[in-house]
Amino acid sequence: MRQAGFVAALLDPAQAVPQGIQNPDGSPAQKRFDVYRNNVAVGLSDALEVAFPVLRNLLGDAFFRAMAGVYLRRFPPSSPLMMHYGAQMPAFLRRFAPVAHLPYLPDVALVEIALRAAYHAADAAPIDATALAAIAPDALMGTRMRLAPAVQVIASSHPLHAIWRRAADPAAPQPGVAPEAILITRPQFDPVVHPLAPAAARATQALAEGRTLGEALAEGGDALDLGALLSLLLSQRAIIALT
Amino acid sequence: MFDHSPAPLPALPGVGYKPQHYSAIIADAAPVGWLEIHAENYMGDGGRPLAQLRHLSERFPISVHGVGLSIGGEAALDRDHLARLKHLLGWLSPASFSEHLAWSTHDSAFLNDLLPLPYTRATLDRVCAHVDQVQETLGRRMLLENPSSYLAFAASEMSETDFLRAVAARTGCGLLLDVNNVFVSATNLGTSPQAYIDAFACDAVGEIHLGGHEADADEAGRPLLIDSHGRAVADPVWALLAYTLARSGPRPVLIEWDNDVPDWPVLAAEAGRAADALALVRS
Repeated sequence: MRQAGFVAALLDPAQAVPQGIQNPDGSPAQKRFDVYRNNVAVGLSDALEVAFPVLRNLLGDAFFRAMAGVYLRRFPPSSPLMMHYGAQMPAFLRRFAPVAHLPYLPDVALVEIALRAAYHAADAAPIDATALAAIAPDALMGTRMRLAPAVQVIASSHPLHAIWRRAADPAAPQPGVAPEAILITRPQFDPVVHPLAPAAARATQALAEGRTLGEALAEGGDALDLGALLSLLLSQRAIIALT
Repeated sequence: MFDHSPAPLPALPGVGYKPQHYSAIIADAAPVGWLEIHAENYMGDGGRPLAQLRHLSERFPISVHGVGLSIGGEAALDRDHLARLKHLLGWLSPASFSEHLAWSTHDSAFLNDLLPLPYTRATLDRVCAHVDQVQETLGRRMLLENPSSYLAFAASEMSETDFLRAVAARTGCGLLLDVNNVFVSATNLGTSPQAYIDAFACDAVGEIHLGGHEADADEAGRPLLIDSHGRAVADPVWALLAYTLARSGPRPVLIEWDNDVPDWPVLAAEAGRAADALALVRS
């Protein structure tokens, strides 16, 4: 038996059971091979359910399960680190015709991937809240900051945070149309999802890339409330160094 | 050759660690004397999983159980994954490291299941080479676990017990004897679980596993037990544990409960049954 043939038959129930696989009486196995088919499909499908609870809420259990069956055959895990499984979900959703009428789904998948990454991200001690206030006013715009490894921004052309909230709570307001980003922080161990206006999202991205506060301010433009953004980042223990 | 390993697991009951039990374990873990973790769940960079593990490792001996090395795979071992294991074992310095006689990766696809092997000379050579590579890379002795079997291979040339005995003899690795797997495999293949224990290299056993299974049937109506780790250990498996301990002497005994995980008192009660079985062979 070659393992390549075993894997191909595992992932494709239409294929015949590989030769040389037997019942205890020596007859060719069928249902016994199906145990492995079922274990693999259920195991990966369960992992996707754990990874994408919000997608599952939006799509319903039955549809999500069927879609997971398509995904896991197209994209089996590429590493034993199941905490990263599902990385191709946004790209998969962009091309999966049955969800073409829900164009915001790939961004929701990005948020769920970012939340898992934030959960497992490296620990980092935040700066003291007074450190920023201690910077001389004329030096402030030249300051750069390192953000915690768990911090992530998911920009979107959809009202992403409102969609996110409503997926968790059907009583939340109906999403509007204005684009809205999501900021993920991890003050201690549990990641937190925040709404972020497009201007604040651009500024946060600039800071994350190591650009100065002045450059971040320019990136945000007139719509940016820099003070509000900085106090959010400070209160979320998201800033770990000033340089 | 690996004599700088830390103190071994104690011959007490242990449980597979689940984060939802963290507070209960910290408050009162009795009768549990040690904890087992799945290596792959602790390969992130930080956060709660590693913080909990650091704290638990100050209080309990830890067994690291890998589920992703694919030791029986036809392809070379994944060097990146071996490096991650080496890093984890380096900072944690656990009492034990174990993996499975199975494969799970092919052509870079990881299937997240423990897939079966024909017991041939070619498989034996490959498994021994991989166990050697693991032990040399990690700088410590590992334990290799017997699988649960649902089917047989026409190509097999030797029994599973002879195969495992040969791996232990050639590589110096220890064995992890999963008594539930023995019961599941023997039922599924129509053999005797007691005869399997009689033929097993009990001297090499560094740890025993117990878990729950589900009952099904194949297309001819023959019993087909599924190793689900989703319920309490079955009574005949407890009897087989007693049979095993009478031959092996006291060993660390782990309760594995990975699906439909119960509240702590239920799991602790299972560990209590294992404590009783161990007390019986000490008396």
